[in-house]
Amino acid sequence: MTVLEQVFRDEWGRVLAALIGFLGDFDLAEEAAQEAFAIAAERWPRDGTPASPRAWLVTTARNRAIDRIRRERTLAAKTRLLDVPEATEDEVDETTIPDERLELIFTCCHPSLALDAQVALTLRTLGGLTTDEIARAFLVPDETMAKRLVRAKRKIKAAAIPFRVPPEHLLPDRLAAVLAVVYLIFNEGYGGRGDLAADAIRLGRALAELMPDEPDVQALLALMLLNDARRDARFADGAIVLLAEQDRSLWDDRQIALGREALDRALALGGRDAYVVQAAIAALHLEEHPDWPQIAALYGELARRTGSEVVSLNHAAAMAEAGEVVAALSLVDGLTLDRYHYLHATRAELLRRLDRPEDARTSYDRALELVHADEERRFLERRRAELED
Amino acid sequence: MKYLLLIQHGDTPTPGTDPWNRLSEEEQQAVYADYQAINQTPGVTPGAWMEGPETATTVRVQDGRTLTTDGPFVAVKEALGGYLFFEAADLDAAIELASRIPAARLGGAIEVRPLKGQ
Repeated sequence: MTVLEQVFRDEWGRVLAALIGFLGDFDLAEEAAQEAFAIAAERWPRDGTPASPRAWLVTTARNRAIDRIRRERTLAAKTRLLDVPEATEDEVDETTIPDERLELIFTCCHPSLALDAQVALTLRTLGGLTTDEIARAFLVPDETMAKRLVRAKRKIKAAAIPFRVPPEHLLPDRLAAVLAVVYLIFNEGYGGRGDLAADAIRLGRALAELMPDEPDVQALLALMLLNDARRDARFADGAIVLLAEQDRSLWDDRQIALGREALDRALALGGRDAYVVQAAIAALHLEEHPDWPQIAALYGELARRTGSEVVSLNHAAAMAEAGEVVAALSLVDGLTLDRYHYLHATRAELLRRLDRPEDARTSYDRALELVHADEERRFLERRRAELED
Repeated sequence: MKYLLLIQHGDTPTPGTDPWNRLSEEEQQAVYADYQAINQTPGVTPGAWMEGPETATTVRVQDGRTLTTDGPFVAVKEALGGYLFFEAADLDAAIELASRIPAARLGGAIEVRPLKGQ
C-alpha cells in the first residue's frame, strides 16, 4: 500500500466529515475531498508528504470548495459558507479540525433512510469505498448503487436530516441503528467477502474510540475482532472447517487479545446486552477447552432476549457439545426454520451422535438441497460420505 | 425547514363510529387533549378539518372529458385523514411531533413531507 493509499484509508472519513460539517452539503464536500486527494496524488510524490496530511487535505479541500462556491454564487446561498473568511493557503491547525465522524455516521444511519441506503452511505462516506466497490460487495449493478446513494443524499438534504449526535433521549435507539449497520457490513464480510469485514472492524474501532463509554460499542468491536480472528482457519480446501478441527496456529492472536480487551471494557462499563453476550460467547469459543455448558447457557439467555430461532439453533449445537444431545435434538425439532440449511445440518450432526445414520442422511440431504455456498456444500457432502463409511 | 405532516387514519377510531364509542371516556379525552396540544405547539399551523373519505369525489380528465368517481383516490382506509404544517429545525423535530399525533398510535400513521424551497 502506498503512503497515499494508507492516508486515504485512514483519513477519508475524517476529512469528509469535517468538510460536511463545515459546508453543510454532502455532494459539495465529497467533490472537494476527492479533488484534494487527487491533488495530493499528484503533488506528494513530487514534493513529499506534508507533516500533517489531514490538515493539508482539509485545507486544500476547503479552499477548493470555497473557490467553487464563489464561481457558483447561487450555490453559496444554500451553504453555511457565507460568513467564512477568504480562502487562505495557510494550513489549518490539525487540533482545530473537529472530529465529526460521529455526526456523520449518525446522519448516514438515520432511521428515515432505508437500511440498504444506510449501509451504502456509511461505506461510502466513512469507509471510503467507491460506489463500484460497494455495488460489487452487495452484488447489485453499479447503476443501482449509484442511484441508491444519490437518493439517500438528496433525502438528507431535502428532509433536513440533522448532522449531529442525537440528544440523550434518542441516543439508545439511534446508536442501536448505527451498530446494526456496522454489524450487517461485518456479517456480509464474514460470509466470504473479507474486505467488508475489515471495513466493519475499522468502523467499529473508530466508534469505540469516539464513544469510549458505550458498552455496546465496545462489545460489538470485541465480537467482530474475536470472530474475525479465526477467519484464516475457517476454510480449508474450499470447505468450512469446524471450530474443533481448526488449525489454531492460523488464529490471529493479536486480534484475539484486542477483542478480549474490548470485551473487558464492555463488561467494566456494565454492558449486559445482546452484543456483550455474543462477544462473551465468541471469547469462550476461543478457549483451548471451551466451557460448553457456559456457552449453552449464554446462548439460552440470548435466545430468550432476542426471540431468534437462529440463536436457539446455536443454543442446541452448544447443548450437544455440553453432552445434552437428546435435549438439543428436541430443541431443534421445535424450531420452524425449515428453509434454513443450518437447521438440517445441525440436526444431521445430532442424529449422527445419537447413532441414527439413516435419519442423519435424510437431514444431510435436506441441508444439501438448501445450501448455496460451495464451501458449505463440500463440507456437508464430506460429512454425509463419512456417515456411509 | 417546513414540513407537511399527512395524517393517515388507517384503523384509527374516529368520533361518531363504533370503535370510537368503545374507547373509554379517558381515552377519548386524551385524543382531544393531544390534538389540542399539537395544534398549540410553536411552529405548527393546523390544517382544516375534513369530512370523512366516504364523502370524497375523485376527479379525472380523459380526452378532455371530466370523469368523477365516488370516494377517495386511494382505498377509504388509506385516505388522508388530516394534515398540518410544521416549521422545525430538522427532521428529528418533525418525527418527534409526528409521534405525538394520536393517529400514529391508534392504528394510523403520519407521513412527514418536507416542503420545497423552505
